Amino acid sequence: MSAVPVRAFAAPGAGDILLSVRGLKMHFPVYEGALFRKVVGHVKAVDGVDFDIRRGETLGLVGESGCGKTTTGRCILQLERASAGQILFNGKDLAGLDRNGLREMRRHVQVIFQDPYSSLNPRMKVGEIIDEPMRVHGTEPDKAKRNRRVRELLAKVGLNPRFADHYPHEMSGGQRQRVGIARALALQPEFIVCDEAISALDVSIQAQIINLLEDLRHEFNFTYLFIAHDLSVVRHLCHRVAVMYLGKVVELAECDELFDNPMHPYTRALLNAVPIPDPEVEAKRPHQIIQGEVPSPMNPPSGCVFHPRCTLAVDGCKTGVPVLRELRPGHWVACTQV
Amino acid sequence: MASLLEVDNLQTQFLTSGGIVKAVDGISYDVEEGETVAIVGESGCGKSVNALSIMRLIPWPPGRIVGGAVRFRGRDLATLSDTEMRRVRGRDIGMVFQEPMTSLNPVLTIGLQITETIIHHLGVTQAEADKRAVELLGLVGMSDAARRLQQYPHHLSGGMRQRVMIALALSCEPKLIIADEPTTALDVTIQAQILELMKGLTRRLGVALIVITHNLGVVARYADRVNVMYAGKIIERGRAHDIYHRPSHPYTLALLKSVPRMDQPRKEKLDPVEGQPPDLTRLDAGCAFRPRCAYRTEQCDQSFPPLEAVAPGHSAACFERGRVARLARAAS
Repeated sequence: MSAVPVRAFAAPGAGDILLSVRGLKMHFPVYEGALFRKVVGHVKAVDGVDFDIRRGETLGLVGESGCGKTTTGRCILQLERASAGQILFNGKDLAGLDRNGLREMRRHVQVIFQDPYSSLNPRMKVGEIIDEPMRVHGTEPDKAKRNRRVRELLAKVGLNPRFADHYPHEMSGGQRQRVGIARALALQPEFIVCDEAISALDVSIQAQIINLLEDLRHEFNFTYLFIAHDLSVVRHLCHRVAVMYLGKVVELAECDELFDNPMHPYTRALLNAVPIPDPEVEAKRPHQIIQGEVPSPMNPPSGCVFHPRCTLAVDGCKTGVPVLRELRPGHWVACTQV
Repeated sequence: MASLLEVDNLQTQFLTSGGIVKAVDGISYDVEEGETVAIVGESGCGKSVNALSIMRLIPWPPGRIVGGAVRFRGRDLATLSDTEMRRVRGRDIGMVFQEPMTSLNPVLTIGLQITETIIHHLGVTQAEADKRAVELLGLVGMSDAARRLQQYPHHLSGGMRQRVMIALALSCEPKLIIADEPTTALDVTIQAQILELMKGLTRRLGVALIVITHNLGVVARYADRVNVMYAGKIIERGRAHDIYHRPSHPYTLALLKSVPRMDQPRKEKLDPVEGQPPDLTRLDAGCAFRPRCAYRTEQCDQSFPPLEAVAPGHSAACFERGRVARLARAAS
């Protein structure tokens, strides 16, 4: 990706970039054979992704299952070691870090997972769960002070401090997600990856958690990478949005610009597929339903990976790989036909 | 003419270590021929238990239907023998579940699973059943049907599996299909495909559909009439237009206000439904929604409000339904 200019994909006028992802690739080997295992191919989960995140910004990363959005998040968190590319956090490449470097990095980079049932240790009390990161990182050696901090954090996420003595199974899904958020806050990170952080919650609880994430952003000036498939939530919460398809970013723009003026045929189809909770709007709205399914990332289509499902595709799309082009200020599209 | 399906004061309870859970607590609704009716609600509101109760698939222990009746074309399903009930399932009423991977048998081919149902219910020969299976897969938009019949569920994607489930549900030309969260496990573009398919097929074949979902957008796009459930009860019912434009129960109103909408300007902040969903083992005589309700009065502590009319064909279970409806109308 040497053709990419240095300042590409940054928000217009952005000076202070917290995280830069450049040429990120994550190819998982696929093995065959029980005794003599050999690599028979690669799942190209992430295949050349570039974006920047400004300090204090929320970047939405959207796409359907298998598009690589979660893997991108996991690579940033160093839960996967990327096959290629750079992840620069505060200018430092995370890929080159050793154990101590990673530990230091994790003080600044935290994560909120999708499933509040499986991401909290069922054998630990809520207080211990929130206390653990502070204990492990030694940010506060005094136990009494840590306990006080746990109670402060619980109050901060809207839970009664008495929950510190409860176990996760005694709480509802929304309450557990608040515990997950309190744990992420414990080390006062700069950057939080929210991986489908509200998808598993009930409709009436989602808005509570969205508001909480926003309040925390205002209070602590957090930077979020908000990975989600629910486009209406992403529109509400994010400053800029990147749309992924089959391991690649196909469109990236300011939030309002992307939703008001989607350019990539996939983004258009995706937005059109989201049903709007109003029967009259739905009855009037034309529905262009995209045909076919997402191809296997092990054997992606040649050229533009979207061409087999695309209504605009021409012969050239089968061979040429489209690069992101800035068609309007700050609005990047990987399509030759728009 | 009697309705196709009448659910009359249905009550289903589960015995748990925490006490008796009234998962479905006296719900009544009906479905006309060829109509699409939605049951909307959040986890634990009883919407799925309602479906399983209609099909008499509640496992005892711990669950049990303790009261009420389910009449299908005038016949009370509770009075049928197990053999007769098996004839109803799949033959008269088809079902589509949320997770097609767990509802299809992983060790049988797609073809076998479809033809088995057809032969069992319609008593046709294997050759006729094969022919029908190919037809069905074509109907649900699966190309290369003959090859598909030889495949196993794990060969198929989630969307394709759900198409097979729909083919199965349609296989014996039922009068009614109950779809329990049919697209929740699917991606949004595939969801659009499956919903469009179900809508088209049910209209074309005149099949009535009960869609059970938590997704307000899905309901808006597909349902003729809507039942909103909360804590085991139907708390509002009406035509889709009434529910979305004149919500008359505080829960419906709050739920609609809490979701961000893509067709409206971005709001500074969302208006969430405050509080937590109720613990079904600790319900009292009062309205189950009142701890989260902005319209609560003293009357709400005393008894559960009955489902009463606000307009023709539109009713809500709220003592303050008139006030809620007026406010909702003023706001919209």
